[in-house]
Amino acid sequence: MSNTNHVEVLEKTKESEAISLKMKSFFIDHSVTILFIIICLIGVKISKLPLFFITSELLTRISRNSFLVLSLIIPVLAGMGLNFGITIGAMAGQIAIIAVTHWGITGIQGFLLCGLLSVPIAMIFGYLIGTLLNKTKGQEMITSMIAGFFANGIYQFIFLFAVGSIIPMKDPIMMLSSGIGIRNTVDLSKNVGIKYALDNLKKVPAIKVLLIALVATIIIYSGIRFYKIKNSKKKEKFITGQYLSTMIGCFVGILICSIFMFHEGIPNNLKMITKIKLPIATCLVIAGLCLFNVMIVKTKLGQDFRTVGQDNHIAKISGINVNKIRIIAITLSTLLAAWGQLIFLQNIGTLNTYGSHVQIATFSIAALLIGGASVSRATIGQAILGTILFHTLFIVSPMAGKNLFGDAQIGEFFRAFVAYGVIGLSLGLHAWRKRVGVKSKLE
Amino acid sequence: MQEKYVLQMKNIEKDYFGNKVLKSVSLSVKPGEIHALLGENGAGKSTLMNILFGMPVIHSTGGFDGEVFIDAKKVDVKSPKEAMKIGIGMVHQEFMLVPGFNLTENIKLNREITKKNLLSKISGNSLNFLDRKKMDKDARKALDTLEIGLDEWAKVAGLPVGYMQFVEIAREIDKSNVKLLVFDEPTAVLTESEADNLMKSMKKIAASGIAILFITHRLDEVIKAADNVTVLRDGELVATRKKEDTNVLDLAELMVGRKIKVTNKLEDDKKNRKDHESILSIKNFRVNMPGEAVKGIELEVKKGEILGIGGLAGQGKVGIANGIMGIYESTGEVRLRGENLKLNNTREALKSGLAFVSEDRRGVGLLLDSSIEENIVVTTMQIKNEFLNRFGFFDQIDSKSIRSHGLKMIKDLDIRCTGPTQLTRRLSGGNQQKVCIARALTLEPDVLFVSEPTRGIDIGAKKLVLDLLVKLNKELGMTIVMTSSELAELRAVCDRIAIISEGKVEGILEPSARDRDFGLMMAGEYRKMYSKEAL
Repeated sequence: MSNTNHVEVLEKTKESEAISLKMKSFFIDHSVTILFIIICLIGVKISKLPLFFITSELLTRISRNSFLVLSLIIPVLAGMGLNFGITIGAMAGQIAIIAVTHWGITGIQGFLLCGLLSVPIAMIFGYLIGTLLNKTKGQEMITSMIAGFFANGIYQFIFLFAVGSIIPMKDPIMMLSSGIGIRNTVDLSKNVGIKYALDNLKKVPAIKVLLIALVATIIIYSGIRFYKIKNSKKKEKFITGQYLSTMIGCFVGILICSIFMFHEGIPNNLKMITKIKLPIATCLVIAGLCLFNVMIVKTKLGQDFRTVGQDNHIAKISGINVNKIRIIAITLSTLLAAWGQLIFLQNIGTLNTYGSHVQIATFSIAALLIGGASVSRATIGQAILGTILFHTLFIVSPMAGKNLFGDAQIGEFFRAFVAYGVIGLSLGLHAWRKRVGVKSKLE
Repeated sequence: MQEKYVLQMKNIEKDYFGNKVLKSVSLSVKPGEIHALLGENGAGKSTLMNILFGMPVIHSTGGFDGEVFIDAKKVDVKSPKEAMKIGIGMVHQEFMLVPGFNLTENIKLNREITKKNLLSKISGNSLNFLDRKKMDKDARKALDTLEIGLDEWAKVAGLPVGYMQFVEIAREIDKSNVKLLVFDEPTAVLTESEADNLMKSMKKIAASGIAILFITHRLDEVIKAADNVTVLRDGELVATRKKEDTNVLDLAELMVGRKIKVTNKLEDDKKNRKDHESILSIKNFRVNMPGEAVKGIELEVKKGEILGIGGLAGQGKVGIANGIMGIYESTGEVRLRGENLKLNNTREALKSGLAFVSEDRRGVGLLLDSSIEENIVVTTMQIKNEFLNRFGFFDQIDSKSIRSHGLKMIKDLDIRCTGPTQLTRRLSGGNQQKVCIARALTLEPDVLFVSEPTRGIDIGAKKLVLDLLVKLNKELGMTIVMTSSELAELRAVCDRIAIISEGKVEGILEPSARDRDFGLMMAGEYRKMYSKEAL
C-alpha cells in the first residue's frame, strides 16, 4: 500500500517537474515579449493617461503601421533576415505620392493611382536590392541597411536637385521658391492630396467590429474543426482544450462588448470607448495581407521560400533557382513596403519628403522583434502583437517621462531610444536564449 | 547476342591537364543488377561518376573521350539536371536533407505536387497550392518500399543518421523515371546493423528493376549485396567479376595489390600497462552533441595505453572526445593528471596537453583552403606561441621554421603531396587525415584523441594511419584515445576497448574478448545479462 503511494508521489513530482520545465522554456522562448508587456503595463500605469485615449490612439497606430511590419515576414521566411531595405520600398511609395499629388489627383482615386504607380517602381528597386543581396549572401541585414542609406542619398539628389533642373517640373506649392527641389513637407490634406483616402472610406465603431469578429470566430472556427474531423481518419474529440478556451474567450468578449454597448450604468469615461471608430477599409487591406502571407506559404513558391530559407545549398542541389527565389522574396517585401508607406502617409496626412521613410525600417523591425520574432522566424501573430506593444510604449512614454522626471522631453527622448534599444536588446536576448536552450537540454 | 543494359560506358578516358586519371574504362550495368564499383581513393571512381552525371568540373577541363549509353541510346550528359531527367539518381554521401522539414517535404523537395487555384491560373504555376495529401501518399509509398516505419510527417532534424540515409534513398526511388541509382559510399556513416538494413533495401530496389551502382570501400558488403563487381586501380580497369567467382581476399588483393594486416600489439605489453597510473579520469560526464549525446560517462584512461571507444552510431561515442575538447557543451568532472580540467574551453584543453583529431575532417579538422604546412602548425601557433618571430606586440609568422617542420612531418608521416604549400582541399582523404594527425602531433600532447581516423579513406591508407597510431604510442609513449565505428580496427590496435551504449559506458573489454561479448555490449544487453548472473 505504502509502496503504491510512493510510486504515485514519484509520478506526481515527475509531472510537476515536466510542467515547471515547460513553464521555464515558455518564459525563455518569450522573454523579449514578456519583458515588453511588463514595461508597457508599468508605462500605462505611470502615464495616468485615460484608457480611452490610449485605445483610440493605439487603434490608429495599428492600422497605420501593421502593413509595414507585415511586409517584413517573407524575407525572414526565405532566410534573408530582417529586411532593412523596406526603407527603399517606402521611397518608392513616396515617389508615387509626389507624382500623384503634383498631378492633382486626390482622394481614393489618387490613393489607388499611387498604389498602381508604386508597383513598377518598387519592383525595379526590389530587383536591384535582390541582385545586390545575392552577391552578399550571409550579410543581408547589414547590406540592406547600407543600401537604404545609399538609396536615401540618390533620393535626396533627385528631389533636392534634379527636380526642376534636369527633370522639368513646375509646381509652386510643392516646390521650393527657387524652382529647384521639393519642399521639406508636402501637404496631403483633403483638397490637395490623399489624406484619409483609405481610412475615411468607411468608419465603423470599433466595438461593433470586435463583436462581429468574435461571432465570426466562433462560427468559422467551429466550422473548420467540424470539417477537419469529418475528413480525418483518426478519431479526434470535437471539443479539445484549445477549442474550449477559444470559445470561452470569445463568449466572454461578446459579453463585455454587449455590456459596454447596451448597459446604461457604465461610467462615462469608459462609455467613451464605444465611440472609437475603426477605419474598416484599412483593416480589410491589412487582413488581406495577412491572408496573403498565410496563403503564400501553402504554394509552391512558399515552399521554395522555406527551402531556400532552411538551406541554400540543398535548395540549389535539388534544382531550385535560389537567386531567383531570393529576388522574388525581396521584391515582394519591397512592394508591400511601398504600399505600407502609402497607408502610413494617408493616415499621417503630410509627407515629410526627406524624413518620412528614414526610420520606417528601424521602427518596423523593432516592432516585429518585440512581438517575439527572430531573424529566422516571424509570424503574423508576432507582427501584430509586436506592433501593439511597440506603439503602446510610444504612446505612453512622453507622459510617463513627465510624471516620473517632470519633463516630457525626457519621455520623448526615451521613446526614441526605445526603438534602437529594442533591436539591440532583443537580438542580444535571442542569442542568450539560444545559449540557455542549449544548456537546459544538457541537464 | 546483345544483352540489354541500362548503362554502358565504353572506353572512357579522361585527363586533367595531361595527367591521365582514367584509362580506357568500360562499365556495363543491367536492369535490376547491383553493380559494385570498387577502388581505392584516387582510383578514378569519382571521376567516372562525375562523367556520368555531367558535372561541370568535367566539361570545364576539356571533356572526356569514350561513349556513354543509356538504354542502348548514346547520350551526352551536360549537367546533373540532364542526368536526373534521363533517369539517373544519386544518393549522396553527405546528406542533402533540410532538417527543418518533415520527411514528405524532403522526399518531394522541389518536386512538390501542386494543384491549381484561382490566382495561379492567372499568374503561373509557382502560385499553385501544394497538394499535401498526395505528397504524403507518395512519400508513404516510397518509405514503405524501403520498409521504414518512420512517419512521413516527422521532422528530419533529430533523426538518427542511419534513417537520414533512407530518406535520401526514398527521395530517389520516388522519382518516377529513375532507372539507375548511384550510391556513393552509402555505408560510410552507418553502423553495421544499419548497413545491413541498407543492403536489404538495395536488394529490394534492385528487384523492382532499378539498377544500382554501388560505390564502396567495404569488401564484405560487396560480397553481401552485389551481383557484379568492377574494380578500378589507378584509373585502370583491373577486373570485372561475378560475385560467385570471387571472395573478400581476392577483391582486396585486386584493389590494393598488397596484403592487409594491421600490426598487432604484443601480449606482454598489455600486462605491463595494467598497473599504470591513470592520466585522465572522467566522472559523470555529459555532452550535448546532437545525435551523439553523452549521458553520464565514467571512464579512466591509463597512461601510455591506446584506449578504444566503440559502439553503434548515435550512442554517444563520438561525443566524448568532442565534449572534452570543448567543441560541444558539456558538464561533469574531467581530471587530467589529477587536476580539474576546465570544460567548454577548447583553448584550455589544448593548453593542458590534450590534442584532438576530429571525425569531421573537412569541417572542423582542416582549413581546406590553406596549405599543408599552415594546417600543421596553426594550432600550435595559437596555443603555444611557437613558430613565431617575436617583435614586442607585433608577432610575425616564422615561415622558415614552419617550412622545415612541415617538410619533416610530410616525410615522417609519408603525406603524399606536391609539396608543403599544396592546399589541403586537393589532398585525398587519407592524406588529409595524416595532416590532421600531424597538426595534433605538433602540439606534442600527452593525450591524443582520435575520432574515426579511417572514415572515408581506403584500405591501404587505413593501414598506414593505424600503424602510425601504434608507432606513436610505442615510440613516444603517447596516450591515445581512439574512437571508431569499426570494431575490427579497434581490436587490432587498442589495449582496452570501452563500448558506449545509450550515452553510457556499457563495459570495457580486452581486444581478445569474444565476439559475442562485443555484440552484446553494442546492443546494450551486456549489463542486463551479466548483472543478473552476478546477483
